[in-house]
Amino acid sequence: MTDYDVIVVGGGHAGAEAAAAAARLGARTALVTHRLDTIGEMSCNPAIGGLGKGHLVREIDALDGVMGRAIDRAGIQFRVLNRSKGPAVRGPRAQADRALYKAAMQDLLARQANLTLLAAEVTDLHLQDGEIGGIVTGDGRTVTARSVVLTTGTFLGGLIHIGERQIPAGRAGEAPSLGLSRTLKNAGFPLGRLKTGTPPRLDGRTIDWAGLEVQPGDDPPVPFSYLTDRIETPQIACHITHTSPAAHDIIRANLDRAPLYSGQIDSTGPRYCPSIEDKVVRFADRMRHQIFLEPEGLDDHTVYPNGISTSLPEDVQRAMVAAIPGLERAEIIRPGYAIEYDFVDPRALDRTLETRRIPGLFLAGQINGTTGYEEAAAQGLVAGLNAAARAGDGRGRFVPDRAAAYIGVMIDDLVTRGADEPYRMFTSRAEYRLHLRADNADQRLTGQGIAFGCVGPDRREAFVAKQAALEDARRLVRDLAATPQELARHGISVAKDGARRSVHELLSYRGVDVARLAAVWPELDRLTPEIVEQVEIDAAYRGYLERQEADIRAFYRDEALVLPADLDYATVGGLSNEMRQRLAAARPATLGAASRLPGITPAALTALLRYVRKRERHAAA
Amino acid sequence: MTAPETIFAVSTAAGRAGIAVVRISGPRSGEALSGLTGGRLPAARRAVRSRFRNPATGETIDDGLALWFPAPASVTGEDVAECHIHGGPAVVAALIAALGPFEGLRPAEPGEFTRRAFDNGKLDLTAVEGLADLIEAETEAQRRQALRQYDGVLATLYEGWRARLIALLAHAEAAIDFPDEELPDGLLADVLSQAIDIIKEIDEHLSDDRRGERLRDGLQVAIVGAPNVGKSSLLNRIAQRDVVIVSDIAGTTRDVVEVHLDLGGYPVTLADTAGVRDAKDAIEAEGIRRAAARAAAADLKLAVFDAAAESDPATLALVDEDTVVVANKCDRVPAPGKIAGHAPVAVSAATGAGLDRLLGILTDRAQTRLDAGNAPVLTRERHRRALEDARVALSRAQDATMPELAAEDLRLAARALGRITGRVDVEDILDVIFRDFCLGK
Repeated sequence: MTDYDVIVVGGGHAGAEAAAAAARLGARTALVTHRLDTIGEMSCNPAIGGLGKGHLVREIDALDGVMGRAIDRAGIQFRVLNRSKGPAVRGPRAQADRALYKAAMQDLLARQANLTLLAAEVTDLHLQDGEIGGIVTGDGRTVTARSVVLTTGTFLGGLIHIGERQIPAGRAGEAPSLGLSRTLKNAGFPLGRLKTGTPPRLDGRTIDWAGLEVQPGDDPPVPFSYLTDRIETPQIACHITHTSPAAHDIIRANLDRAPLYSGQIDSTGPRYCPSIEDKVVRFADRMRHQIFLEPEGLDDHTVYPNGISTSLPEDVQRAMVAAIPGLERAEIIRPGYAIEYDFVDPRALDRTLETRRIPGLFLAGQINGTTGYEEAAAQGLVAGLNAAARAGDGRGRFVPDRAAAYIGVMIDDLVTRGADEPYRMFTSRAEYRLHLRADNADQRLTGQGIAFGCVGPDRREAFVAKQAALEDARRLVRDLAATPQELARHGISVAKDGARRSVHELLSYRGVDVARLAAVWPELDRLTPEIVEQVEIDAAYRGYLERQEADIRAFYRDEALVLPADLDYATVGGLSNEMRQRLAAARPATLGAASRLPGITPAALTALLRYVRKRERHAAA
Repeated sequence: MTAPETIFAVSTAAGRAGIAVVRISGPRSGEALSGLTGGRLPAARRAVRSRFRNPATGETIDDGLALWFPAPASVTGEDVAECHIHGGPAVVAALIAALGPFEGLRPAEPGEFTRRAFDNGKLDLTAVEGLADLIEAETEAQRRQALRQYDGVLATLYEGWRARLIALLAHAEAAIDFPDEELPDGLLADVLSQAIDIIKEIDEHLSDDRRGERLRDGLQVAIVGAPNVGKSSLLNRIAQRDVVIVSDIAGTTRDVVEVHLDLGGYPVTLADTAGVRDAKDAIEAEGIRRAAARAAAADLKLAVFDAAAESDPATLALVDEDTVVVANKCDRVPAPGKIAGHAPVAVSAATGAGLDRLLGILTDRAQTRLDAGNAPVLTRERHRRALEDARVALSRAQDATMPELAAEDLRLAARALGRITGRVDVEDILDVIFRDFCLGK
């Protein structure tokens, strides 16, 4: 008997979600982290959600995860991005009160049954016959478990850069995990090095707010969780300012002291989240760059100036900030920094996020080359569920696919293509974007979660009721129909062709919505707003959704052709050496995944298809 | 899964040969074989001498061998029947014509036998290697064609459009995925107006009179004329070999017989058709129907008239601007000055007189129709279809009500172009392989 079924190492967003998920499945779970009071810490900007990221949070919530509920308690400004565009590309986002968020997360974990929180430094993995056996802590103790989930974030070989200064650290003020990094390297994991950065934190009391552009939140705020009825935390506004030519001059004059340009950092940072020195160099013709001034909390005067992440020396940061309108007298509470850290090439993972090298060891979050709280949490959820399943009764695997969830898109991208730069979610990564919406994450995933056993009774009841209402409504909008004459009597004009049009068809006309049609059919009035939203989206995407569903069917045909994990590509005839090498390095799980690998030729796919069909026949015989 | 249809085709090479094999594969192949032989199925994998008859007419087609390969021990893994018959084109055509009316039977698509064999696991690993080689051969052949004719300009053109579309898509996506960033105004409007440029270019490329495909498939020339004006003799004379069964009984050529020619470097397919006249029996009627269809689909017609006789009115009705009018039997009488307003080419199929001039005229016509100069042209129907798909998606994007729908259409357009240049999903690839290559039939 092991001490635990599942041990989760790390208390960040991946760790919290992994521990909660494993415990929800009934696994005896321990979350081990340096300090319990840092669980749920937002080490970068104080916000959750956005395009693609907000979608991930909704998906986590649909599987009864904790992130959505935590941000609903801690959010101090909610905004749905892209309101002017269509439903598939609207992304919920919220500014968080950093302290409230930590408190909410710690509270949710404390209430979670089967979950123990342990404060300890994890120095090594405990292996048994090549498989995971548990962990070794700083005081030399071994704690045993059937599965271990590593969620060490930027702590693996972490190195902070502030100008010429270099400080080994996992994040500001906390020690890095050097031992684990060594252990993983010794176990033969392919490690890479990535870089990310943060801006200096400002004292809000020293910012001249007058004259800055105000950005209010949505009223009423739209919550993340399907279980939250309304947001009760007080709401605030954010402000926007811009850099200035004077600030750019200061940056240019000091590039020789910027670690990114002096050669001190040579690891890859995210292209979509560049430092201010990068922006100034690469877009030299821009006179200014936008900065969102994001308060870190209701009772906290710290302000996060989103848009000027930097690793310039402190004195240059101070001079640059002083050259920005509204920040002339702003005091820096903590300088910005860049951090380099080790990550494991995620192609070493199975789609359950279990490593192939050490069975029972799962990796989630930044350790896999991703960036962002939401990406980390989503991986944590998948790793936690699969770690618990492995430790338990062999209830199978939990692997959402590309056609079902952004979570599936991300995991498939990571394990088949690896991470050349910190991986962040965008809606454009999803080929079935019109189907993978923030508004229907529950319809896509909650049923699957109920079947796997990770959804609690409250959510299950709410889900079943909503599904029934939705089904009724979808039938209703297709059954109710009227002739052009009948519609004209209610002031709705369509071509006078005598054809009866259903509510579903009419909703796809510009300017026609359920409220308008309720004048014709009063029974539409009893649909709740969330149901109305769904039938209106069905209509707005008419034709497109059907085409995409045909694509999804083709996708499932390819995904059904499973490539065995132990496939020896040398035995597959008709493959060139180059193709063999690429395939052996990536080990795609299915023929569909193989087709998404860079550089794989049609000829190689044909050979693989042939091989799989032959193998299936042998298995059937 | 529904039962597959039963398919049939000639499995041996086209043209005159001692023996031809017609293969039938699928659940109804047993019925078809006993229908043809009028008896029981032969013992499995035993050749049995049989008289093949057309069950519709009772007419004997040929005396040959029947073989029966019940599933799964057959070349395709399905029930397979084989008819080994004499290799004359008329015999083969008659057997194929007899199979057509059987319920649930249809002619095989190119490569379809191989496809079924592949799906049923009847190709081993070496065959897969062969298949892979064939795919390489496709690129090689395409490369050679592109190099020879257009110096690779076709791939450059399609890849160019795709690259531009991907760039446009990226701009559309930027406006979607980065709503809080300071992006230029009117990004999507710019994208859509640039997409219109691509639509125009694709339209221009599509309206090329199918030159490239013609060059690939050969210029189709149908020989039409009344029975006994000497169409078959003319064809034989041109081909300088005995390809058509010629007799003096009117209406002998009951189906379409082809001769492939290389005229001045241009591929030309000459097709002899059944005589234009009222049919006396069903097979002949079918032959005449096919002849008419062939003539209508042909790029060019050779209308053959008997110089010694009154011009046949049915043939006169077929003469249009894509017709070369030929007066045969000019060894006996001089050619008339005009037929249907055209100065006829005077020839004698019997002596060969006038043939050089006729071939010269055909060569000129072929050059006019096939030579595209230096402009890139479509060479495959598959490309045409993909371009049309791309065009449809790009037009739909113009009317999309939401930016993400416009982006979706741009993505579909880029994907359609990707199908040409090789970025495709697995099933697409297979369909293309088995359609573009006549594998192992």
